[in-house]
Parts: sequence; structure tokens; C-alpha cells
Amino acid sequence: MQALRKHPGRRFVVAVPYLWLSVLFLIPFIIVFKISFSETRMAMPPYAPLIEWRDGVIVGIKLYFANYRFLFTDRLYASAYLYSIKVAAVSTLWCLLIGYPMAYAIARSTAAWKNLLLMLIILPFWTSFLLRVYAWIGLLKSNGVINNTLLSLEVIHEPLTLMQTDFAVYIGIVYSYLPFMILPLYANLEKHDTTLLEAAADLGARPWRAFLRVTLPLSMPGIMAGCLLVFIPAVGEYVIPSLLGRTDQLMIGRVLSDEFFANRDWPVASAVAILILVLLVVPIMLFQRVQKTELEARP
Amino acid sequence: MRIEGVTKTFGEAPAVDNVSLDIYRGEIFCLLGGSGSGKTTLLRMLAGFEMPTAGRLYIDGQDMSGIAPCDRPVNMMFQSYALFPHMSVEKNVAFGLEQEKLSRAEIAERVAQILDIVKMTAFVSRKPHQLSGGQKQRVALARALVKRPKLLLLDEPLGALDRKLREHTQFELLAIQKRLGVTFIVVTHDQGEAMTLASRIGVMNHGQIVQIGTPLDIYEYPQTKFVADFVGAVNLFEGRLVEDEADHVRIRSEELGAVVYVDHGISSAPDVTVAVAIRPEKIGIDRTRPAGSENVAHGKVKEIAYMGDTSIYIVALDTGKLVRVTLPNVVRRAEDRFTAEESVFLSWHASSPVVLTR
Amino acid sequence: MKSGYFARTGLVIGLAFLYVPILSMVVFSFNNSRLVTVWDAAHSPTLKWYVALLSNGPVLRAAWLSIRVAASAASGAVVLGTLVGFVLARFGPFRGRTLLSAMTTAPLVMPEVITGLSLLLLFVALEQLIGWPRGRGMLTIILAHITFTMSYVAVVVQSRLAGFDESLEEAAMDLGARPTTVFFRITLPLILPAIISGWLLAFTISWDDVVVSQFVAGPASTTLPMVIFSKVRLGVSPDVNALATLMVLVVALGIVISSAWMHAVTKRRERESQLASAGS
Repeated sequence: MQALRKHPGRRFVVAVPYLWLSVLFLIPFIIVFKISFSETRMAMPPYAPLIEWRDGVIVGIKLYFANYRFLFTDRLYASAYLYSIKVAAVSTLWCLLIGYPMAYAIARSTAAWKNLLLMLIILPFWTSFLLRVYAWIGLLKSNGVINNTLLSLEVIHEPLTLMQTDFAVYIGIVYSYLPFMILPLYANLEKHDTTLLEAAADLGARPWRAFLRVTLPLSMPGIMAGCLLVFIPAVGEYVIPSLLGRTDQLMIGRVLSDEFFANRDWPVASAVAILILVLLVVPIMLFQRVQKTELEARP
Repeated sequence: MRIEGVTKTFGEAPAVDNVSLDIYRGEIFCLLGGSGSGKTTLLRMLAGFEMPTAGRLYIDGQDMSGIAPCDRPVNMMFQSYALFPHMSVEKNVAFGLEQEKLSRAEIAERVAQILDIVKMTAFVSRKPHQLSGGQKQRVALARALVKRPKLLLLDEPLGALDRKLREHTQFELLAIQKRLGVTFIVVTHDQGEAMTLASRIGVMNHGQIVQIGTPLDIYEYPQTKFVADFVGAVNLFEGRLVEDEADHVRIRSEELGAVVYVDHGISSAPDVTVAVAIRPEKIGIDRTRPAGSENVAHGKVKEIAYMGDTSIYIVALDTGKLVRVTLPNVVRRAEDRFTAEESVFLSWHASSPVVLTR
Repeated sequence: MKSGYFARTGLVIGLAFLYVPILSMVVFSFNNSRLVTVWDAAHSPTLKWYVALLSNGPVLRAAWLSIRVAASAASGAVVLGTLVGFVLARFGPFRGRTLLSAMTTAPLVMPEVITGLSLLLLFVALEQLIGWPRGRGMLTIILAHITFTMSYVAVVVQSRLAGFDESLEEAAMDLGARPTTVFFRITLPLILPAIISGWLLAFTISWDDVVVSQFVAGPASTTLPMVIFSKVRLGVSPDVNALATLMVLVVALGIVISSAWMHAVTKRRERESQLASAGS
């Protein structure tokens, strides 16, 4: 509305969140970036200052590239990054394959069912994420529910190793992030005009054909939003691999945390963080583009 | 209100194109046009929701450039009524007065007064979703009028109402306006609405005002083919000006297959192609040929639309051209009226045609 | 429709997938055995773990801290998030809009370890520079939580405002209300449901957060998720099952009550609108 444009109070209203986010979101990243170039020290805080001050004059700036060199040369880090991307990608795919039919079914159901089903999808989301991952420990461990059931049914004779495997991590991520995939998909599918499908049928297309040529392309923005909402945070996941994941191959979130808490090596941890961000910068920008179009293209 | 050279551009084409117009105190002025004609954009600029790209607006001599909607002596009745759903009728109407920092007592008194005028006193504590369309409209009207604005802007005021209610509301609006003396500016695409409500009409097309006048002026004295065709139905015939005198003109029309004699002069270059506009109700149908050789045409009745009070006859002339004639159903028995395929003569008075050069 | 069957079977399987773990957790919370998943038929079902929970000091203290943190964070997030949502929905283009929009959507997907690390480093740097915040504690957790939950509120508010009839705000301005009055008397009351669900969303996310809290919490401030996490790293524990069941109960109750209430309100509105249009 143009009338709002000239109002002087506007700048203040914009400034408040701007300031908050600049200080608490933007500046921290700059600090992380700066510290990734510092040297570790046995001090509190455990890193050397970047800029040498003496009598209020900048005397020297020490950039310590060894942290990054370390990351690039040590096999552990490269494999952790690649592993994280692989796990996140596979989990995203499974999430999509499971979540799409669910979202579709809800979008196509009658109004009464819709609300109930949405409630059922949202309910696990409102209960603790941590506890739901914990629930899977109870199911997957050697004397857990799944093994006990299979053993008692004599399908297997020895417990399966389900914990601390890739499989466990996939299940954990898909399970926790499923609502994040379903909701954007549902929001998109719900807006579809069902008469389009009727027109396709009228023109001779079988249901699967109509789905592939009409529904699927139109749901692309929803698919993109859902996949990015799952993939990006999954790359840096910490809780799920800690509780369910392998001990011989770590995900990068775990690596960062270990560097920070176990090794007290803040600079290396910062370097790890910066490299994660570099990896994710393109997906994050993609996500922002998709968010913008979905939110601002409303009728 | 004075509108001076106002233009509004969104992107490439101008929505409002160099409009200049004076509106007088106490009148009901109607902006009539189709969708995309720019009438709503112009109205929003008067209210202050859009700023003109060029030109100025003056109310009582005061320049409105840069003045926000909340500070203008103008109030608007929105097409969707825009009643605040979380407030009762009373609170809705009182809202505008509360912004003027009046005393509680005065607000209560004026609210009661205006609700009485619009006959909504019984509904004071109802919420908008508990009201019907017509009731919502009266509340919206009350809410705008209670502030005693210099100017009331009405955006398609009767559009959302069904036909019976529309007629009733038209007369109510006129009565209220006369009683309170507020200047109305109405925007509408419905010419019936414009004709009933307006003291003057401004016809808009492609962002420009193409003609201003009283309803009579617009209907009987259109200045362009567009206006003639837009307001009411009209028959247009092309012809050549063969005689051009101060007190009469003659036009030969191939389409009509006749010579048209018009009993007033027109200002135009001689020997030029013009359009002759004759309204359907001004044409008479006879079974026998009327006297005189001019202002007569011959054809066959092709279609008849029975409207109850009138009948519309589509007559195909010998030249092939279709002419629309409206006759009141003076006789009750169908047998006495004209039937399809009947061979008939059309005629009109010399004062009926309007000669249009553009 | 054929694809209907496929989708609906997928839905049923998906729902089962979602609920089986939760149900198993609930069921085993009544199991007498310390091994949790081995059912001790002789002594179960029992409520002993629930009783133990209610006398577990550290857990209760952590829970109380988490509630206070979550409530404060949610309230802060609602104020800031509503502002941002309003600015992005209503202010049109302005200088710095892309940056603001980016800073608002990025936290939605940012991996928590990065958010946690960066905020801790900020607090440390601030402490060095100006002496505040002094050490880490409840305040730093709250500040951190506000920062990343406000994005969720902003998204909810922005999408609510996008579908909002602007003519209501225009009408208010037309009647003489200044923009601030319009916001507080017209816009805010009408987007209140969105703000409330934003508050609940922010509360849940804050209540549930373990990673960021681990980074920015102090020695004296342990949140409930932190307590739970350190417990479950060592394996399953029956009192965690009991806790989980209680939480599921509270959430389920909350959702059912609010849905029923909303349903009743909508039904009543519909009836009233119908009566109104019938009686004109």
C-alpha cells in the first residue's frame, strides 16, 4: 500500500528486527570466519587474537591458514563431508518418496478428513524430536522391539545389527524430518485445481499419465521446498548420528562438535563450520528463492 | 474537487491518462466505465491510496499531494464493505469518530443518529458476519458518513446486491444524499446505476474521460460512437454527408438503404463519412409504408425477445443490416403484435438520429 | 481413481510409521524391567517410573528451567517475528529488504551446530569486549532461542498477512487512523490466531532444542533436553519413557482441545452467517 511508504516511523519498525538479526545472526558468522583463521591457544578463550594491538595501533594481523590446510589434508574431514552429503541426500530422497503420497492423499481428501489427518501429521512434530529419536533406539537395538518380535516369530535366529548403521541414521532422519517434507508439499498440492485433472482425463489421459504430466510439474515448488527443508539441516545433523549412527564414520556435525568440546580446538571447529556453510550456500540460496516465490505469489 | 491533469502509470501503459475534471459541491458524480477503464484507479487516487504519477488533486482549493488517506476530508465506501470483522456494528461506525478524538458522549450521539438514518439501530451489537449483504452495506455507508466528510467515494456500491435490493437501495442512497448534502463520487460499470444515481456522469475509456454530462446528455447526446454504444443499446449506420446546412443535414446510408434527414445542423467538414446513431426506442414499426421518402427503411422481423413490459425486435433490412427496435407492449394479446418473418417498415422522427463523426 | 489407492495406502503406512515408535515408547513406560524393551510380564504394568520421575530433582529443575526459557524465548520471538513478517508482507520494496528476507529465512534451514557455534563465539567475544553477557546461562540460551525461532513466527505471520484482505486496513486509514493505530486495532486482532500458533511453534522448538543449548548454556543452566540427551547417549532408560509419555499426553490433549474449540467456533460462525443471509 503506497500510503505506508512515506511514514517516518517505518524506518524504526524495520530497524528493530534488522539490528537484532545483524547482531545475533550475521555478526556471529563473521566472528566464526575470523576465528577460523586463528591459532589455538591454551587460554580462555582458546584462540589467539587476529589483530595485534599495541598502544591503540594495529601492529600486525596474523592469518593462520593451517586450520584449513589441516581440513583439506586429513582424510577424516573429507570423508566426513562426503558422508554427510550422501546421508542427507539419501534421506531426502526417502523422505520425498514416503512423504509425497501422504501429502497427496491428504490434499485430495474431504474437508473433514483433511483436518484430522493434518492433526495426526503435526502431532508427532509437536512432541519432542529428541524423544522420538530415542524411541527408535528402543526399536532398533539388539534386544529391542523389532529384534524381539522377529526372534519370537522365528523369522531370524540371531538379532540383527540395526543400531549404529547407515540404515538407522536414514530411519532417524526420515522419521524426524517427515513433517517438514509433507507440509510444504501439502500446501502446494492443496492449491491445485482439480478440474485440470478432469480436463486431462476428458482429453484421454489415463490417471498415471495425468499425474506425471499435470500434477507432478505443478508440485515442483513444493517438492523443492520440502527437499531443501530436509537436506540442508540434515547435512549438519548431530543428535541423530550421535544416538543412532556409526562410530567408524562420523557425520560432519559430529566432527564439529567433537573438535569444539572434546579437543577444545575452536579455530578448527570454526573452519569446519565455514566449510559446511560454503557447501550449503547454494542450497540455502535456492531455498530462499523458493520461499520467496511461494510466499509472495499468493493470489 | 478539482482534478488537474492526473496520470497514473503502472509499468508501461497508463491506467489513468491525463484526466482533468471539476466536481461541484453537493452533486452526485458518476465515473462510468468498463473494467480497465481506469475508474477505480482514479477513485483510489482521490482517496489517497495511490499517488498520481503526474497531476494534482484539489479539495476546496487545498492541494492533496502527499497527504495520507487518514488526513483527507474524504471517506470511502468499499466494494467489499471492509467492515471490521472483530468489531460490532456500533464499534465499526464509531471507529472513525474515535480517530477524531471526540468525547464519548458526542460519539455515542452521532453514531445513534447515523444508524437511525440508515435504519440499522436494531443491529448495534451485531458483528458483520451476522449481517446480510444489504445490512452490511448500510453499516459501511453509516461508518463513512458519520464523519461528515466533504466527499464520499463509493466503489461499485450496488454491485453485490440482487436486483430487487439494488433498486430499493438506489433510492435510499439518493434520499440520504439529499438529506445530508454530501458530495458523492460513484464508480460503476453498471449504466443503470449511473443513470439512476448521478447528477452528472463521466464516461471513461482507456484511462481517459471521453464525455461528461448529465444522464440525459450522455444518453441523448453522445459525442462518440463509444459513448453511444456503451450507454444503452444503439443502432449505428455508416453514411455520407450529402447535404450540410445550418438547420438540417442529409446523410445517404448504403447500410440503411435510405436517406436520413436530421433536423439540426452539425459541425463537420462536408462530404465526409459519418455514423448515424438511432436508439431502439426511437424507431417505430409499421405494416404499411409511412409517408415520406426519408427516415424510412424496409425489412423483415427476424427475432423477437419478449421482456414483459417491452419487446425487442431484431429486424433484418433489405440491405442485410440488422436493426434493433424496442417497443412497449401496449396491447396484451400476442396476436396483435408483430411476428417473425413479417415484412415491416421502420421509421423515425427527424430529431431522433445523432450524427457522430468519431 | 487409481492413484487414489496408491496414495491412500501410502498414507496409512506413513501414519503407522510415524506412530509405532511413539506407541512403543508409551507402552514400555509401564514395563517394570529396567531393560525397557524386554517385557517383564510378571511385574508389569507398573507406574513406578512415573513416581521416580516426579521425585527426580535434577530432571524437575531442568524441566522448570526449560519452561521458563521456552516461554521467554517464544514471547521474544513473537514480538520480533511479527514485526519482520509485517514488514516483509506490507512494506513493499525498500533498501536492505533482500538482506532482511535472507536473514529471516536462513535460520529455518541452518544446521544447528553452526547456529550454536556462531552464537557461542559471539557471546564470548561480547564478554571480552564489553563485559556482558557475563558467562553463559539462562539469558544466553534465551537470546539464542529467540534468534532462530523468530524465523518460524515470521513465516507464519507473513503467510497469514499475504492472504489478508488489505481493504480492511485501507478502510481504517480512510477513516482517519494513523498506521500505528491501524496495526494495533485492526491488523493485530485479526492475525491473532497466527500469532498464537507462532508462539506455540516457537515454544515447542525452544523447549525441544538440545544442540544450540549445549553450546550456549552455562554450567548452572541445564535444560531438560540436555539432561535427556546425556542420559540416552548411554542407552535406553525407563524414566525417559515415562517422561516421553507424559509429554505426548500433554501435547495430544492440547491439540485435541484446541481443535475441538476451533471447530465449535467455526460452526457457530457459519450458523450465524447463514441465519443472517436467510433473514434479509
